[in-house]
Amino acid sequence: MPAEPLVSIRDLRVAFHGLPALRGIDLDVMPNEAVGLVGESGCGKSVTWLAALGLLPPSAKVTGSVRLAGQEILGAAPSVLDRLRGGRVAMIFQDPASALNPVKRVGVQVAEALRLHRGMTGGTAEAEVLRLFDQVGIPDAKRRVHIYPHEMSGGQNQRVMIAMALAGQPELLVADEPTTALDATIQAQILDLLRRLQQETGMALVLISHDLGVVAEMCRRVCVMYAGRIIEYAPSDTLFADPRHPYTRGLLAALPDMVGPRRRLEAIPGGVPEPWNLPPGCAFAPRCGHATAACDAAMPGFVPVGVDHAAACVNLEAAIVAAMVAA
Amino acid sequence: MSLLSLDGVSRVYATRRGMFGRPVAVRAVDHVSLAVEAGQTLGIVGESGCGKSTTGRVALGIERPSEGSVLFEGAAMPAPGTPEWRRMRARLQLVYQDPLGAMDRRLTVATQIAEPLAIHGIGDAADRRDRVAALLRDVGLRADLAERHPHELSGGQRQRAVLARALATDPALLVCDEPVSALDVSIQAQVINMLTDLQEARGIAMLFISHDLKVVRQVSHQVAVMYLGRIVEQGDPEAIFADPLHPYSRALVSAIPVPGPRRIARVVLTGDPPNPADRPSGCAFHPRCPVAVAACALTTPALRPAADGRLVACHLVDGVAGTA
Repeated sequence: MPAEPLVSIRDLRVAFHGLPALRGIDLDVMPNEAVGLVGESGCGKSVTWLAALGLLPPSAKVTGSVRLAGQEILGAAPSVLDRLRGGRVAMIFQDPASALNPVKRVGVQVAEALRLHRGMTGGTAEAEVLRLFDQVGIPDAKRRVHIYPHEMSGGQNQRVMIAMALAGQPELLVADEPTTALDATIQAQILDLLRRLQQETGMALVLISHDLGVVAEMCRRVCVMYAGRIIEYAPSDTLFADPRHPYTRGLLAALPDMVGPRRRLEAIPGGVPEPWNLPPGCAFAPRCGHATAACDAAMPGFVPVGVDHAAACVNLEAAIVAAMVAA
Repeated sequence: MSLLSLDGVSRVYATRRGMFGRPVAVRAVDHVSLAVEAGQTLGIVGESGCGKSTTGRVALGIERPSEGSVLFEGAAMPAPGTPEWRRMRARLQLVYQDPLGAMDRRLTVATQIAEPLAIHGIGDAADRRDRVAALLRDVGLRADLAERHPHELSGGQRQRAVLARALATDPALLVCDEPVSALDVSIQAQVINMLTDLQEARGIAMLFISHDLKVVRQVSHQVAVMYLGRIVEQGDPEAIFADPLHPYSRALVSAIPVPGPRRIARVVLTGDPPNPADRPSGCAFHPRCPVAVAACALTTPALRPAADGRLVACHLVDGVAGTA
């Protein structure tokens, strides 16, 4: 019997001032699973989790359902969400320096999370801060707990953020572009750390990134987003070996290779549609080389194309129907 | 003769540790020699603080080298601000990461593209209008975008407009400092293809500075890897990215996440790059180097040819004459 999902998102929609930002997201995250969300600026990959955790401004209109271990959390009371965020669900962001309080010592900030979410104070909290610093690989923790964020490098600050996230013993860590602001060799260190922590603690990981390589390395399962919807999901290996949605294919073809013969990049023509100017059917149709009249008729539903692999494309559906008729 | 050559160039800044600290000399660029050939691209890769952007600024003549010399088309770089320097700047242009910051928000795209033509006294008003139209076509911008303001364009369109302005004076060399780093993958590919097309059509040379190894490999004929102000490996991008010889290049190349199986086992470095004001002795990479030996802390390895002709600055790389 398959386990219950830790998080279950259904038909999540977000609109800002009447303009759609998220147009119906369905997503399950299983316990201890690493799921990647990839897509370009404005595709809704961050908004999905900000909305799920009640972190959007009141001007945002959010509908749908988000269940955490079966319990509805969308629109939950602030007191419930306050306990939840930083507790059962933790989030880390791209820019650790602005997420940390610049005038508080880093150790104090982690201790605060321990007091809020685990009721630890005094010597117990102090010892736990040291243990967490150790766990996230901050050398010389005894001295480092007393310094300020500006005295640390970007990589070290991100480690402090991760320590703070771990303080609440989360069941789910949402990492939103956690290494985008870091140099390549530091990025490798942080990704290594996240992978190790996920194994050690058994928490689930949602990794939001624009970098297909990062997601491929970290996640077992990947969802590709475009203009506020998931347009393809698959196990990582399958997605990169056999992408089926024209947008996913386009993204991979647009990426320069590190090895093999150099080829001209296949750029996707045009740009992402503005929220006030969305095409009637498939949002990718105006940029798609295979678009037909059917693409504008209605929003395409998911077409299963393999094990745990589906893509929202009318042409795939047509191809499968044709194959079935022929058979 | 190379179009641009830097010979033993260093750039030293004086900085203070804290408000009342003693001044310390920081060598942002330390004895860098490189050459850009006409119509070719030299890529410079490295992480924050490695001196790649300072190298670009010295190459443009915006900053004077503290040591060494810069030759452009065989002549020494004139002092910044002089009429000779202004004349030469028409031949050398800069494109950097943030196109919105590079443009004047109050002026239309056409006005900004025409500005260098006015500054350098090229053509009359009618002639400039024609040139602006042609430049917009060259960078793939619709003619009707000419009368828009920068905030009305997308990030990719803005970077195209900045490129059109840089091309207005028909430069021989473009210094591109992270020109596609702020762009999404699909738009990045459009701009990269445009850059290589423009290079082919106009025979323009480029100094292409980026932290993104994949992008640098895509555009470069030669590549230099920098660490803490020095070039540690230099040569053919295929050779360096497929089989990096310097331990730092190796770590850097192996750190790039790629979809699918990786060719080089990942080397995870410990610690952060050191502060340039507090440069380690000998080889600056030795405290983080997984294969360092005693000699590495004592003497700075020179950049010398390895067996296949590329240049490597490492005591431990075979084929280098007189290894320590």
